[in-house]
Amino acid sequence: MVQERSMMDDVWRRFRKNKGAVIGLTFIVLVILVAILAPVLSPHDPLKQDILSRLEPPSSEYLLGTDELGRDVLSRLLYGARLSLAVGMSALGLGVVVGVTLGLISGYRGGTIDNVIMRIMDILMAFPGVLLAILIVALLGSGITNLVLAIGFWLVPVFARLVRGTVLALREREFIQAATAMGARDGRILIRHVLINSLSPIIVYATLSIPSAILSAAALSFLGIGLRPTDPEWGAMVSAGRPYLREAPHLVLVPGFAIFLTSLSFNFVGDALRDALDPKLKA
Amino acid sequence: MQRFFVRRLLSMLLVEFGVILLVFLSLHLAPGDPVDVLIPMDVSGAAGTAQAARLRAELGLDHSLPVQFVRYLKQVATLELGTSITSGRPIGPELMERVPATLQLGVAALILALLVGIPAGVISAIKRSTWIDNLVMFFALSGVSFPNFFLGTVLILLFGLVWPILPPSGYADSSILTWQGARYLVLPAITLATSSAATLARLTRSSMLDVLREDYVRTAYSKGLAHFTVIFKHAFRNSLIPVLTVLGVQMGHMLGGAVVVESVFSWPGVGRYMLAGLVGRDYPVVQATVLVLSTVFVGTVFLTDLSYTVVDPRVRYS
Repeated sequence: MVQERSMMDDVWRRFRKNKGAVIGLTFIVLVILVAILAPVLSPHDPLKQDILSRLEPPSSEYLLGTDELGRDVLSRLLYGARLSLAVGMSALGLGVVVGVTLGLISGYRGGTIDNVIMRIMDILMAFPGVLLAILIVALLGSGITNLVLAIGFWLVPVFARLVRGTVLALREREFIQAATAMGARDGRILIRHVLINSLSPIIVYATLSIPSAILSAAALSFLGIGLRPTDPEWGAMVSAGRPYLREAPHLVLVPGFAIFLTSLSFNFVGDALRDALDPKLKA
Repeated sequence: MQRFFVRRLLSMLLVEFGVILLVFLSLHLAPGDPVDVLIPMDVSGAAGTAQAARLRAELGLDHSLPVQFVRYLKQVATLELGTSITSGRPIGPELMERVPATLQLGVAALILALLVGIPAGVISAIKRSTWIDNLVMFFALSGVSFPNFFLGTVLILLFGLVWPILPPSGYADSSILTWQGARYLVLPAITLATSSAATLARLTRSSMLDVLREDYVRTAYSKGLAHFTVIFKHAFRNSLIPVLTVLGVQMGHMLGGAVVVESVFSWPGVGRYMLAGLVGRDYPVVQATVLVLSTVFVGTVFLTDLSYTVVDPRVRYS
């Protein structure tokens, strides 16, 4: 236990040296707080339309102006943090849980099961970019659950391959053989020994996958195949603001930069985590 | 080499078979009657029932699933991709009309990504830990984080509206080789290329740094070769191998990205055709475009796999 603690201290010390990562982490914490506190922080109802004050520039009443239906852009932005993070995180959770499980089984069992699982992963990876998600949403219809399913599915092979690789490397190590020799059951070995020891690459990949999940969710919403058009989602807000690009560019710029800064922050943190967890890899 | 080729070919065919199976099943995995998915929502009542019966017969949905799949395989093999519900025309020719536009966009973006990404990565690695390196890497990380639809919109705002030097969207009928035709391509190609250029820059840098640590680079220096010669003759060429291996995947990202970029710039390619199908609930069109784009991707990955065995003989023996 003492050993582990000092390792985490080391990781934190190395992480802290990276200024971009610290700023990124601060921004992420801020976005999470905003997502939780959106109902408290929002000056207006994000869905309330006011036809008389459409496309208003920022003012003291509406700090970030109003949109094409007279809704408060700031309130929609704050509520949007909820949707973007919720979709991104749930999709990631799905991808990690399913992917890690498949990867553990595949790598540990080997043989036919391994072959079957990995060929299925190859097939899932053969759909370029958001196409698999589009196929899923096209079938199941839009809606937040289907969006999460679509993006989660797309992340599964990434984690399955990653974990399988680490399992294969770990399987030959002495401490696993010792555990087997001592009569530990497969499940125990997989969770207590193999999974624990593959945590750091999983954490790094997970952090670096959050931006992809957020960007894909936003892209699908932008294309109008994610959430309902009224939902205050950042990608959907950019899409809704595009016809008014000339007279009210803030409608596009505000949510667009929110997506950009959030995914940039996660990328900074992910890069720094990778360097901090495995100093050998640091260039 | 031959064994390696056969193995790769077989695994590619297996993946392609899986893709076709998945796309085929996608219609049947959906909850409810597949025919419901195929009929536009606004057609209901007697017209709907009649159309449903017609479709069921047409698609052979009354046969068992394996029989249907074999039929589907035959159709795909003869490039018979079904009929669009909205236009009533066969999808194959409709799709082919849109391939050139997507191809132009993809090729332009790929060239741009390579021309910007690789030199940026090399410079970053040579100037490691200087302000140049930090700046390039900051831009690269931003490029990976920037949503492509937002980048496209910002470019339209800047160069189409605020400082109108380029058309904000559309496509010219004139040849792409003239400025009249090519100027429409500039903004969409930049938008599509950015994240790939950023990824390539990050990858080239780390690969270059790995190579610069190798013994043969030290040997090259110690036998008195000029810095420039070492970098370009020894380090750079070897550092390209990992870059080459991800090129196939990058092209896949571009195919997916093209769907979004075509929508932002009203670019009349395959991606927009698919989206129109999606919005119009024209399921055969979505199915066919997903199948075609995925097949292109599978083929590209196969070709890049082969190409780096030519460049790097070590791969063949492992």
